[in-house]
Amino acid sequence: MTLLSLNIDWILLIEKLVLIAIVVFASLGIALYTTFGERKVAAILQDRPGPNRAGPFGLLQPLADGVKMFTKEDIIPNSANKWLFILGPGLAMTASLMSCAVIPWGGTIELFDRTISLQIADINIGILYIFAVVSLGVYGIMIGGWASNNKFSLMAALRGASQAISYELAMGLSLIAVLMLSGSLSLGDIVKQQQAGWWNIVYQPLGFLIFFICALAECNRTPFDLPEAENELNFGYHQEYSSMKLGFYLFAEYINMIMSSAVMASLYFGGYDIPFVNDAELQTHLGNWVALFQVGTLLIKIVFFIFLFMWIRWTIPRFRYDQLMNLGWKTMIPLALVNMLITGALVLLKMNNWHF
Amino acid sequence: MNITQILFWFLSVLALVSALMVLLSKNPVHSVLWLIVVFFAISGHYILLNAQFLAIVNLIVYAGAIMVLFLFVIMLMNLSADTEPQKNVWMKLAGTIAGGCFLISACNVIYNAQNVSKEIAAKTALLNQGNIGLIGNLGKVLFKDYVVPFEISSVLFLSAIVGAVVIGKKEKNKV
Repeated sequence: MTLLSLNIDWILLIEKLVLIAIVVFASLGIALYTTFGERKVAAILQDRPGPNRAGPFGLLQPLADGVKMFTKEDIIPNSANKWLFILGPGLAMTASLMSCAVIPWGGTIELFDRTISLQIADINIGILYIFAVVSLGVYGIMIGGWASNNKFSLMAALRGASQAISYELAMGLSLIAVLMLSGSLSLGDIVKQQQAGWWNIVYQPLGFLIFFICALAECNRTPFDLPEAENELNFGYHQEYSSMKLGFYLFAEYINMIMSSAVMASLYFGGYDIPFVNDAELQTHLGNWVALFQVGTLLIKIVFFIFLFMWIRWTIPRFRYDQLMNLGWKTMIPLALVNMLITGALVLLKMNNWHF
Repeated sequence: MNITQILFWFLSVLALVSALMVLLSKNPVHSVLWLIVVFFAISGHYILLNAQFLAIVNLIVYAGAIMVLFLFVIMLMNLSADTEPQKNVWMKLAGTIAGGCFLISACNVIYNAQNVSKEIAAKTALLNQGNIGLIGNLGKVLFKDYVVPFEISSVLFLSAIVGAVVIGKKEKNKV
């Protein structure tokens, strides 16, 4: 066996690389227009026109913003830890993009005699993987805040990290209820089960509410955007950042929103399942087009959740920090525990044919 | 050389280099970050052994939670190379000898295990095929064969949680 006789399934590798490239660039593109959507939604809620200068209806505004970000002067403060200062935004971006690997974006398509699943990796611990990635998202904030060598940035970073850790617990507990229902940790399986029966939101309304609130907190969105509370912390953990590094931090937040919307849609709202339609039967008639419709369905669900995020952001004011911690530890976790216990009891009863 | 071997060598080199960097970097924050890289490399090894659950739990618990707490403490105390207390030479020497002894005995055990019987030698690497590490099997083993130790360890964790709450309460009353 020589060193160069590589025994690799090149076609599989290429297939996955193409899939990864498509998903990553699609999420970047959607995130680009989410920033535009955010400004438009804010404008509508505040009864003003919003961005409308660049292109028709202001549609080229995100591109103009991007060009502005790229061409601004990139400043690294003298007292900052240079490498970590650069690493911070990169980590934030990487962590938010990593979760796209296990989300089932659609069913399967047949191309060149191959059945290609529109899920990059259907690992049997998909939801735990997302959990791991979420907990890694903290590092982008912490490293950026610390490396800036600025007291306000550090305070904001610590806030962000402790908030993320606190709400991760309730998030995990509300997930356990879903996992008990589905009996699988693979997101692909969870979606397939919902295709066959009811969506999980029917069984888990409280669990979904808890998950949604925790997702808001994990994405640092209002009313949980304490790390960016400008009246207390000047600007937050990205105060010293400029140019595209700042852009990366802001962008990572939008990608986080997209990914958490996708996870919520997959866990509670049937994922790529087209409502009121038998997808498997449709596939026999339409073939590959069904997968396209499924991706479209998932995208519609994602857009709906993103709109919900924005709606909440421009409606509800920010919490105080102690209120945030109290809500996380004293309300969310007990509620999630109760939800888990009730679900567990009902699952056991059902297995026992409703006899005690 | 198939893809598993390439990954194995890549991850091994990554783990060893970053483990060295944990020791060699002057800045404690850099050390912590290198340690996170080590955890990633080890998780990669677990995945190669098809122990996906172990791999991801390693990431969630160690890289995601414990290392964040490490970073918290180091950042808040603002530790740096200048303020780090220098241990005396004898302590360093004793530490080196103790660590070396452990390394030798560990190597010895692993080396002998290969010689003891062919059965064990064949079991040293279940690349890509063992399924004991998959979550379903692991759960069954934990809740059937090892249910008592499992529950006892969970009681241990519960007592740790209660202890943490008690300590937290005390400080609140003082203020």
